[in-house]
Amino acid sequence: MLDGEPCNILENEFVKPGKGQAFSRVKIRKLISGKVIEKTFKSGDSVEGADVMDTELAYLYTDGEFWHFMNNDTFEQIAADEKAVGENVKWLVENDTCTITLWNGAPIVVQPANFVELEITETDPGLKGDTAGTGGKPATLSSGAVVRVPLFVQTGEVVRVDTRSGEYVSRAQK
Amino acid sequence: MRTDNWRPSASIEVLKQRALVLQKIRHFFAVRDVLEVDTPALSHATVTDEHLHSFSTQFNHPFSPQASTLYLQTSPEFAMKRLLSAGSGAIYQICKSFRNEETGRFHNPEFTMLEWYRPGYDHLQLMTEIDQLMQLIMGCDTAERVTYQDIFKQHIGCCPLTASLTDIKTLASQLGYAELAASESNKDTLLMLMFSQHVEPYIGQSRPCFVMDFPASQAALAKISPTNALVAERFELYFQGIELANGFHELTDGPEQLRRFEQDNIKRQNMGLDIMPVDQHFIAAINFGLPPCAGVALGIDRLLMLALSCSKIDQVIAFENSRA
Repeated sequence: MLDGEPCNILENEFVKPGKGQAFSRVKIRKLISGKVIEKTFKSGDSVEGADVMDTELAYLYTDGEFWHFMNNDTFEQIAADEKAVGENVKWLVENDTCTITLWNGAPIVVQPANFVELEITETDPGLKGDTAGTGGKPATLSSGAVVRVPLFVQTGEVVRVDTRSGEYVSRAQK
Repeated sequence: MRTDNWRPSASIEVLKQRALVLQKIRHFFAVRDVLEVDTPALSHATVTDEHLHSFSTQFNHPFSPQASTLYLQTSPEFAMKRLLSAGSGAIYQICKSFRNEETGRFHNPEFTMLEWYRPGYDHLQLMTEIDQLMQLIMGCDTAERVTYQDIFKQHIGCCPLTASLTDIKTLASQLGYAELAASESNKDTLLMLMFSQHVEPYIGQSRPCFVMDFPASQAALAKISPTNALVAERFELYFQGIELANGFHELTDGPEQLRRFEQDNIKRQNMGLDIMPVDQHFIAAINFGLPPCAGVALGIDRLLMLALSCSKIDQVIAFENSRA
């Protein structure tokens, strides 16, 4: 919590002279106003933790303004706005379970599953016989995300992607 | 866990370069007749410095019912000075050092240190030798030398030695650290913050830069200057924004050394940190007679980052800590 807002740490740079006090230079996003600020803390300083709750919900659909999620046990639905979904919009797959962070009952962060499977909608045809290991090529996925894939992977295939790094993992195993 | 975390964080090419640099360093000392030594990584005592956090572990002696605490060394300094007292002459060591609570772009909890001591040298003479090593490894120009006071004044606009805590707090607030400054009662903490953020990034850009004559309050294990009681005969070496080495004209006064350790432990107590056992072997060695000498510790991993233009320490270490 900072200035009454729950915050998310975007970057944390450790600064320490060999002989001397350690500091953390932290880049923080205020989750309500969306503002990004930089702050410096002494190592060991503490701030009030935000009273937030994580809940696992299935992604249903978007109406363009809100993204709708449902609790599969209670069938209760919740709508997250663009600010909460942010860049993770490109990893939302219908019926996949996402982690929604609630603050005062309202969704403020939407975190996709660590791994998602998406269909490739567009990629250059690779050379035949080429194997994994080279630089690969960019591929656009059905959600709009762009990831680097090995040359042998083709349009129409479903691939498994690590949403934390945005990296291709493998072809989906069906 | 990421599936490719079994792989080294450094490329094989970098590791070959690393081996080559280590060879060059060993050759540098061999031709100067400086003896390579190997001192313990585990010791019954450790540093008292409130800013250094040692790893500790339990030694279960096969013939003793009680385990004893051993500490992984944050640097080989105490043991090497015991060798100097015992008459070793000039010595160097390349070893792993361990520091808890340190990780980041320039920090790994275990890292490789080059440390060496020159009996009969003062810090200025040792700086000349470090400069020669830098030119050999980096192919760089000869280093410049500035005092802490001058460089601080130049970049921040006040004298770090004579400014009051209130002045320093006001300056820190103006530089964007209002909240931190408001609750800080230690002038050195604020000096360190301002130095690391507003001086370090701008010095030693085209050639290495020695910053000499640190404030006496940051003397660590250095002698206080005989001509100016406000400064210590301590220096640091910076190159392209990276702190590379720290050296002293070494304190050879046993009672003064013990007093500094005890002061550290009082500070620890006030900060709620554990009291550290004072290395009595080290104190005994100084009291026996540590020859007048200068010594320096240089981070090999950071030297490699500079030599190979790597932006993260992970890129020069075979397996950085999260993959270890």
